[in-house]
Amino acid sequence: MAESKGNGLQSALRRRLLMGLAGVPAIALMPRMSFAAGPATATVNTTGLAVTDTEVTVGILHSATGTMAISETGSIQAEKLAISQINEAGGVLGRKIKIIQEDGASDWPTFAEKAKKLLVNDHCAAVMGCWTSASRKAALPVFEQYNGLLYYPTFYEGLEQSKNVIYTGQEATQQILESLNWVAKEKGAKTFFFIGSDYIWPRTSNKIARKHIENVLKTKVVGEEYFPLGHTQFNSVINKLKLTKPDVIFTDVVGGSNVAFYKQLKAAGIDLSKQTLLTISVTEDEIDGIGGDNIAGAYSCMKYFQSLKNPNNEKFVAAFHKMWGEKTVIGDVTQAAYLGPFLWKMAVEKAGSFDVDKVAAASAGIEFKEAPEGYVKIHPNHHLWSKTRVAKALPSGQFEVVYESPELIEPNPFPKGYQ
Amino acid sequence: MTRAPSSTVHDNPFMKPMEWISLALLVAVIFLVLPMLLDAFRLNLVGKYLTYSFVALGLVICWGFGGILSLGQGVFFGLGGYLMAMYLKLEASSVENTKIQSTPGIPDFMDWNQITELPWFWKPFTSLPFTLLAVIVVPAFFAFVIGTAMFRRRVGGTYFAIITQAIAAILTILIVGQQGYTGGINGITDLRTLHGWDIRTDRAHNILYFVNGGLLVACILFAQYVKRSKLGRILVAMRDKEDRVRFSGYQVASFKTFAFCLAAVFAAIGGAMFTLQVGFMSPSFVGIVPSIEMVIYAAVGGRLSLFGAVWGTLLVNWAKTTFSESFPELWLFGLGGLFILVVLAFPNGLAGIYRTYVEPRLTRRVKALEPAPAVALPHAAE
Repeated sequence: MAESKGNGLQSALRRRLLMGLAGVPAIALMPRMSFAAGPATATVNTTGLAVTDTEVTVGILHSATGTMAISETGSIQAEKLAISQINEAGGVLGRKIKIIQEDGASDWPTFAEKAKKLLVNDHCAAVMGCWTSASRKAALPVFEQYNGLLYYPTFYEGLEQSKNVIYTGQEATQQILESLNWVAKEKGAKTFFFIGSDYIWPRTSNKIARKHIENVLKTKVVGEEYFPLGHTQFNSVINKLKLTKPDVIFTDVVGGSNVAFYKQLKAAGIDLSKQTLLTISVTEDEIDGIGGDNIAGAYSCMKYFQSLKNPNNEKFVAAFHKMWGEKTVIGDVTQAAYLGPFLWKMAVEKAGSFDVDKVAAASAGIEFKEAPEGYVKIHPNHHLWSKTRVAKALPSGQFEVVYESPELIEPNPFPKGYQ
Repeated sequence: MTRAPSSTVHDNPFMKPMEWISLALLVAVIFLVLPMLLDAFRLNLVGKYLTYSFVALGLVICWGFGGILSLGQGVFFGLGGYLMAMYLKLEASSVENTKIQSTPGIPDFMDWNQITELPWFWKPFTSLPFTLLAVIVVPAFFAFVIGTAMFRRRVGGTYFAIITQAIAAILTILIVGQQGYTGGINGITDLRTLHGWDIRTDRAHNILYFVNGGLLVACILFAQYVKRSKLGRILVAMRDKEDRVRFSGYQVASFKTFAFCLAAVFAAIGGAMFTLQVGFMSPSFVGIVPSIEMVIYAAVGGRLSLFGAVWGTLLVNWAKTTFSESFPELWLFGLGGLFILVVLAFPNGLAGIYRTYVEPRLTRRVKALEPAPAVALPHAAE
């Protein structure tokens, strides 16, 4: 092992030399920088992150290729928009944010590899990234080992809490319980049929939904079916739906399977204006693929819809369309991804430092009043307090909000009695 | 019936001088050049690539020499990786580490799936010797069953390729579907220690890299041994004229099964080393796409060359990483272009380029320097 030890010294020396060299041109640039001088780099960065006097490096790690690209592109766009807005407003602690983007390629090990690259090679101060639970699970040990900071935008199954992750989407109980209460009260629903994709998020979500339906609402689940990711044949389960005639079809089918599912449902003559269908997995992005006509009448339960009427959201939608084109739609996760850079900026400013430990500690209690979804606040468990909304899908591909929880819902990733 | 002309030791040495040089070059690059040039992160990446080259090496024997194209090598890579991951996961799931679960002491994904007791087939994997044995024996047995079933019925060529592909698909669906027992699509993540030794540190990655390199060289030497043995010649004969070999009285099926099993064991060793170095295993290494990708590694390197397989794997993965870091949105096109270029312009891969353009010149030089320079045999394992 002698040569590897020697090499360690060599490479550290080389890196230091390179870092010194990299500083040389920066000196020439300094007078031209329009940014207000922030606190000295040595005081705001004591752990060797990629922070200079004028710049701070942040990573973006999503799938730009592969099956998940269709979903994750919105998140990439939202994060880039947020970062450009922060830079226009003067950056973070007087430093402009520089983006290093990596492609997770819809492949979980690649997420782990690229996360490591962003932390170990690029010394990113924070990373906005991951989308599926699987990619987060793969990257999480890397973030914990190298003490990185991940802003994760997707609504997910809960059962997780890490110092190194800020979860800007909803965890399962936030998303599900209110909507079940609403459908029981509003539609008088007594029987439920669950249909989901076969992986951890739908299974955990349905487990929580079942406990709530059986123990709290005192009603019944009449069927529960799972299909592999990418499955496109739903005829058998549609026949079961016709036999059991549930009051509510509750679905968490994800990705491309949605397209087949709703088309086949329509072809089988199940009219969603008469049959109540509640989904926790369809946003404006998915409707783009499904087609508004095929899903019109279904209810979706999310914390954000593009059609929300409030000044923050109108500004956000206009800025998003200006940057990425009028035709882009904005789904729940896209909005949650937009929150990440702002929440990080505020935590850094509160901590007065880029150090991950200090930023993580300062995160609890951070409030973001300009969030498109309305007011959000970071809970000490690193999830967000947020409202839940139920909305009806319209043929135009947009949603009409029919219910909004009156209060912010507390995030509870380890719900007692629901496990 | 005449016997195949038996060669004397003199005209059939273990390796020709050129092969010794190839080996020395590979050893020098793996053990000296790369560790000196690369930082810990990049070296760990190369270590990961090298685990794929075990599969490519197996494919050279099975496909290049034996003519059996398997599009399901991911199955064996995955088996090796999963068996190793089971051991590591059990070690990481001590009661203390998992006290927030409803049932402490079992892997986290089981807890999420309401399993309250460790399933029986997980239990033996608390033992390291059992795990190491299983990494070799289980894939070999599996390959033996498939091989016997197929080759005895004289299923070969395209049909065999399709069946192996189907097996890869079946295993993926099984793993994804049984998520309570296998971790589902997430795979088995968050692996920490090997028999109490933290495998996540840079130092551990370094050591594992050298162990991996040592095992690879050992596998190359073993493959070389098979290649120059009588058995290797029968494999080549079978590939070129199967019926003639059969009519000469050889049990063709047994030879084919052997080649297939050997490829499976190599792939499994690669899989186990992969899990150790990367720190997790997921079904995305078992399915059809990775299996075909592994065939591409062997094709790019040259399917007839043991060393070419390793270089091919390194080249393709290096290109993959470099393209994707430089062009996160366009890199797949670059990679696709590379494959098309190699297959169209150099059907025998890197080894083909080497044989046509480099070797003739080198051989002239070496001949001039007779006797061939002695090259020390490298350590088989660190």
